[in-house]
Amino acid sequence: MTDSKYFTTTKKGEIFELKAELNSDKKEKKKEAVKKVIASMTVGKDVSALFPDVVNCMQTDNLELKKLVYLYLMNYAKSQPDMAIMAVNTFVKDCEDPNPLIRALAVRTMGCIRVDKITEYLCEPLRKCLKDEDPYVRKTAAVCVAKLHDINAQLVEDQGFLDTLKDLISDSNPMVVANAVAALSEIAESHPNSNLLDLNPQSINKLLTALNECTEWGQIFILDCLANYTPRDDRESQSICERVTPRLSHANSAVVLSAVKVLMKFMEMLPKDLDYYGTLLKKLAPPLVTLLSAEPELQYVALRNINLIVQKRPEILKHEMKVFFVKYNDPIYVKLEKLDIMIRLASQANIAQVLAELKEYATEVDVDFVRKAVRAIGRCAIKVEQSAERCVSTLLDLIQTKVNYVVQEAIVVIKDIFRKYPNKYESVIATLCENLDSLDEPEARAAMIWIVGEYAERIDNADELLESFLEGFHDESTQVQLQLLTAIVKLFLKKPTETQELVQQVLSLATQDSDNPDLRDRGYIYWRLLSTDPVAAKEVVLAEKPLISEETDLIEPTLLEELICHIGTLASVYHKPPSAFVEGSRGVQHKRLPARAGSGESAESPDTVSTGGVSEAPPAVIPSQGDLLGDLLNLDLTPPTTTGPPPPTSSMQMGAMDLLGGGLDSLMGDDSEPSHIPLRTDTPQSPQLHHHSPSPPDYSPTELGGDIGGSPAMGASFGAPPAVMPGSFNAPVSGGLSDLFDLGGGVGMPMGAYVPPKTVWLPAMKAKGLEISGTFARRSGVVQMEMTLTNKAMSVMGDFAIQFNRNSFGLAPAGPLQVLTPFTPNQSIEVTLPLNTVGPVMKMEPLNNLQVAVKNNIDVFYFSCQYPISMLFVEDGKMERQVFLATWKDIPNDNESQFQIKDCHLNSDAASNKLQGSNIFTIAKRTVDGQDMLYQSMKLTNGIWILAELKVQAGNPNYTISLKCRAPEVAQSVFQSYEAVLKN
Amino acid sequence: MIGGLFIYNHKGEVLISRVYRDDIGLKLDIQIGGVQSKAPGLRNAVDAFRVNVIHARQQVRSPVTNIARTSFFHVKRSNIWLAAVTKQNVNAAMVFEFLYKMCDVMTAYFGKISEENIKNNFVLIYELLDEILDFGYPQNSETGALKTFITQQGIKGQTKEEQSQITSQVTGQIGWRREGIKYRRNELFLDVLESVNLLMSPQGQVLSAHVSGRVVMKSYLSGMPECKFGMNDKIVIDKQGKGGASDDAGKSGKQSIAIDDCTFHQCVRLSKFDSERSISFIPPDGEYELMRYRTTKDIILPFRVIPLVREVGRTKLEVKVVIKSNFKPSLLAQKIEVRIPTPLNTSGVQVICMKGKAKYKASENAIVWKIKRMAGMKESQISAEIELLPTNDKKKWARPPISMNFEVPFAPSGLKVRYLKVFESKLNYSDHDVIKWVRYIGRSGIYETRC
Repeated sequence: MTDSKYFTTTKKGEIFELKAELNSDKKEKKKEAVKKVIASMTVGKDVSALFPDVVNCMQTDNLELKKLVYLYLMNYAKSQPDMAIMAVNTFVKDCEDPNPLIRALAVRTMGCIRVDKITEYLCEPLRKCLKDEDPYVRKTAAVCVAKLHDINAQLVEDQGFLDTLKDLISDSNPMVVANAVAALSEIAESHPNSNLLDLNPQSINKLLTALNECTEWGQIFILDCLANYTPRDDRESQSICERVTPRLSHANSAVVLSAVKVLMKFMEMLPKDLDYYGTLLKKLAPPLVTLLSAEPELQYVALRNINLIVQKRPEILKHEMKVFFVKYNDPIYVKLEKLDIMIRLASQANIAQVLAELKEYATEVDVDFVRKAVRAIGRCAIKVEQSAERCVSTLLDLIQTKVNYVVQEAIVVIKDIFRKYPNKYESVIATLCENLDSLDEPEARAAMIWIVGEYAERIDNADELLESFLEGFHDESTQVQLQLLTAIVKLFLKKPTETQELVQQVLSLATQDSDNPDLRDRGYIYWRLLSTDPVAAKEVVLAEKPLISEETDLIEPTLLEELICHIGTLASVYHKPPSAFVEGSRGVQHKRLPARAGSGESAESPDTVSTGGVSEAPPAVIPSQGDLLGDLLNLDLTPPTTTGPPPPTSSMQMGAMDLLGGGLDSLMGDDSEPSHIPLRTDTPQSPQLHHHSPSPPDYSPTELGGDIGGSPAMGASFGAPPAVMPGSFNAPVSGGLSDLFDLGGGVGMPMGAYVPPKTVWLPAMKAKGLEISGTFARRSGVVQMEMTLTNKAMSVMGDFAIQFNRNSFGLAPAGPLQVLTPFTPNQSIEVTLPLNTVGPVMKMEPLNNLQVAVKNNIDVFYFSCQYPISMLFVEDGKMERQVFLATWKDIPNDNESQFQIKDCHLNSDAASNKLQGSNIFTIAKRTVDGQDMLYQSMKLTNGIWILAELKVQAGNPNYTISLKCRAPEVAQSVFQSYEAVLKN
Repeated sequence: MIGGLFIYNHKGEVLISRVYRDDIGLKLDIQIGGVQSKAPGLRNAVDAFRVNVIHARQQVRSPVTNIARTSFFHVKRSNIWLAAVTKQNVNAAMVFEFLYKMCDVMTAYFGKISEENIKNNFVLIYELLDEILDFGYPQNSETGALKTFITQQGIKGQTKEEQSQITSQVTGQIGWRREGIKYRRNELFLDVLESVNLLMSPQGQVLSAHVSGRVVMKSYLSGMPECKFGMNDKIVIDKQGKGGASDDAGKSGKQSIAIDDCTFHQCVRLSKFDSERSISFIPPDGEYELMRYRTTKDIILPFRVIPLVREVGRTKLEVKVVIKSNFKPSLLAQKIEVRIPTPLNTSGVQVICMKGKAKYKASENAIVWKIKRMAGMKESQISAEIELLPTNDKKKWARPPISMNFEVPFAPSGLKVRYLKVFESKLNYSDHDVIKWVRYIGRSGIYETRC
């Protein structure tokens, strides 16, 4: 007898016939009919009309029939809640059945009937089943508590089921323990602050014992639960690790991955000099490699996780490059992931092998894979300098294949290589130019145009090449248009005589014939620059470009830490925090790695390290994560990796600093471990590697903003283009640009950094006739000391020199003090001294105190002055929203300080504008009950981030400001700067 | 956890649908639009997967798909799709492991997973799904245990003892074996099955090579026997060598092999392996996989492939391939097959081979050369002339690697079974009474040589 016949009935009057059969007296016929009903249900037919008839069949001693009826009930009870009550009696009776299998079946099914009215009847049977003598019933009842909680959480709490469930953790049967753990973990997830799981060394011990005895699935539940525990110290951490490592040999990959998760997390707490730490690292590699021989779907999950692990602890797999080589018949998703990991593991030691492989891949069939392989060659060139030359020649070989997409991809990466190693490989430009015609993708066209513009002086027919692109200007994508505009301006600045016509053509195309605000605005900027100050234009447009860093696609450290806590789960597959794809309260809780406990490195600065405390409650000023994400951040499904700021890279040049009593050290972490906060890096993300950023590589808005903002008269002398800027300018490219447009738009707000008025630092009577008054300013990203020197003595002065004492931020003169000699009596001169922040560091009291020594031909004089800390706020102090959020939560509440700013009569927008002039960036604004909350960030020259929340209430001249920073010492000075900026 | 489980046929029609949680598919209404039904969320989740994955034109780009905040995990067995659906941050590895397990269980019950078999057994499948997944949490899924109470026979007159035996087995520590098994003849079979993988450069350099091996055991043993398995694991032998006689250590040390990593069936006591590296267990009844392992050192590569491809003008290729067998002359390799890829624009092929049969298979774009048997330390060669149609396709031929299949009667990793001891204290049979069989089979995994 086969069941497939049940699928074939499609004739009319079917429901009617089924009804008759269901009410038949013959048992066999009844069963047949129920089977038909289930079959119809499966294929999506609506058989809910048969509800009473099917329920009538429930009273049977035939277990198979009973199960079928239950299946029907689970599907339709919700649509027929009143009828569903009919089934209750049978359930209650079945819960008393002598056969444990039937008791369990009843309690299992009842929990699946999501009808409120039934749940009250469920409580008593459930209570009994939780204490049933048979483990099979207990393990089913444990899960049923989770089901009931999902329907009616309050009921579960009121009935005390949670306590019973907790008791089951000590059950003698391992499967009961495992299911109780699973149920409790799920319930705990929706009550983030409840102490439901109450993990302590005793309960952990019970779990670890059950771990050895329960099914593979139970082991996963227990391991996933263990991962949420934070051991008290490194010893406990080690002993748990020791008991978890045997799981690495389990045949079930999920058990292995969950064990890896526990180990990766608890390892954080182990001192690195411990022998066991090294042993553990060694033990992790083989099981990870073994995962690659699992079925392809699991390989995919494993590879996504390995990608995270390699970023967190590269040492684990550094010798295992070969296992990530792509096999010819791997599914494409496995190939792409392997490729990613290969690049991450590429180093000088293995680069030859990697390159040989990549070259092989570039000849495969799958277009995406080939593209990624070509791109990977470029990334190798950037990552491993010694291989750059070989990479370039490999790319050239690939270009020779003339395969369209290979050529285009190669050109895109070659542009990156040019940026990384300027003036080294330009000999290949000729080859690239040969392929101009075959480029049809915007990205490749833009890259090629960039190359032509950048090296216009070496390409004889650069003007012809660019002109050829110009013909179809309006058909090009924005990316290409912007690039073309910039390239032609570059060309003009390099060869002004022959290209005047061309530049005018492109400027008018961009400004007059285009609807794209970005393009228009950039056109205007160039136009004004060129028409007012060609020299400045040259400085701006042909400015030296910051180098691109080698690993731009690393996952932002805070996110990486969170993802490590989610190894094995969907979050680790998507590389997104659970809040990005899970609705409701579940999974929104952010997980964090525990802090390294006790030993060596962290002992120096225990109070400023803020990594610990998984259960730390979010500060009250920030609304719950979910709200903020929803309201402000418009979080979509694009991976956060592309928006996060680049992680700390080698661009930090302050290793020697010992600022703020060791606080800084702890901020930076030790070398091998990425720190939590995104530190200052001089490198903007390379747009080529990301393909998201519309701005061209050499376009540096901050410079532009600084330069133009400094000459407010410019607007007037600017004739040709229409004077009114587009009013509806939305989404400025960056802070710097928006300044500029406020200016151009005639708002007339005095922007730019706040400069305090000069004060007398050194009175003449104390310095044998030399009077110095001065102030500090930040102009175009450079900190300056602006002084007026007055000679009140009777003789000529000369031989000036200046020196600073060690100070909090390492301020030092960037050049000599240049005073025009002879400096005659009664003469007054203005001197501007540019400063840098690479001098020796010593914490001063107050923090912003600066001791200065000035020498002239008469004597040496000493004075001290205070600088506004705002001049140390750097231009790239605008934090990404997500990072802001994460950082805000990450900084302990102890580090928060609140201040009042009195008598300030600006509205929040004006305040925000004003602050922005001093590099205090507003990241988000929320209005709650007429009160504006501005979330702001700023970054000091030494990489310390300060986060602020400014509350502005309409009509109330008093602002409240909360500051959070890992180095709370700076708060007072920052507050003073706020006050000064806002009130002037 | 898993919110629902669906089985589709190749057309995307639903054969089985079991929903464990309400949350799946609620938001999908917006995505898929109009189609109304009494179970709105469910049908839409079902449709979303069909539209976005099964009917998608392109190749599957990922086994995990997120559609409207709902995640779909899928595996495919022949032309049947199994999809698990969830809205939560589930353990992804567990979901896939579960889907595989589910396939194993179904296969154990009714054989091959095909549309016909699924339709024929849909009541059974529902019953299984009810048992092995509760509220989306996988429960005991050992076929041995399941078969004791999911029988499709209705409920037979089980006694109370039988019932509690079932439940204690399903939930117990030894969920994979029931008590009271009796055999007249206690017998066990061990198969060491290895697949040797190789990627070799055209110049004969080994780019990567590894053996992935499995020890499969068929046990027909009475009672609850305690077993101990030993092999020539380098770590164990070295440890013993230190304690034991020195000449013995020297002798066996040579034959020991370094195992990179191994994983075990859940019956093996992992903590004991971790601490003592001894493999002890109570085996399931019948056939199961005791362990898997991987080695990368000192692999015996049974065959060496030496390719030579020469392009003669634009319309002709000359290919010569030599294979050399590299093992004891007394052993015989079987089922040897060499697959030499040919370009897409091949118009004709002429083949000459010294041994076996070779054929050009146009549909597979390859020359397939088959040899039934070949002894060790021999060599054989094939040469072919490939005529090409002139094309103006700019794209170069990708030159896929030459792949090889074979079977040899030894373990390329060098693994040797040293002992498998059986102890059953309660019954009156001893280790000596058990009849034991061991066999080694080495097969080609992905055994490729680039040309």
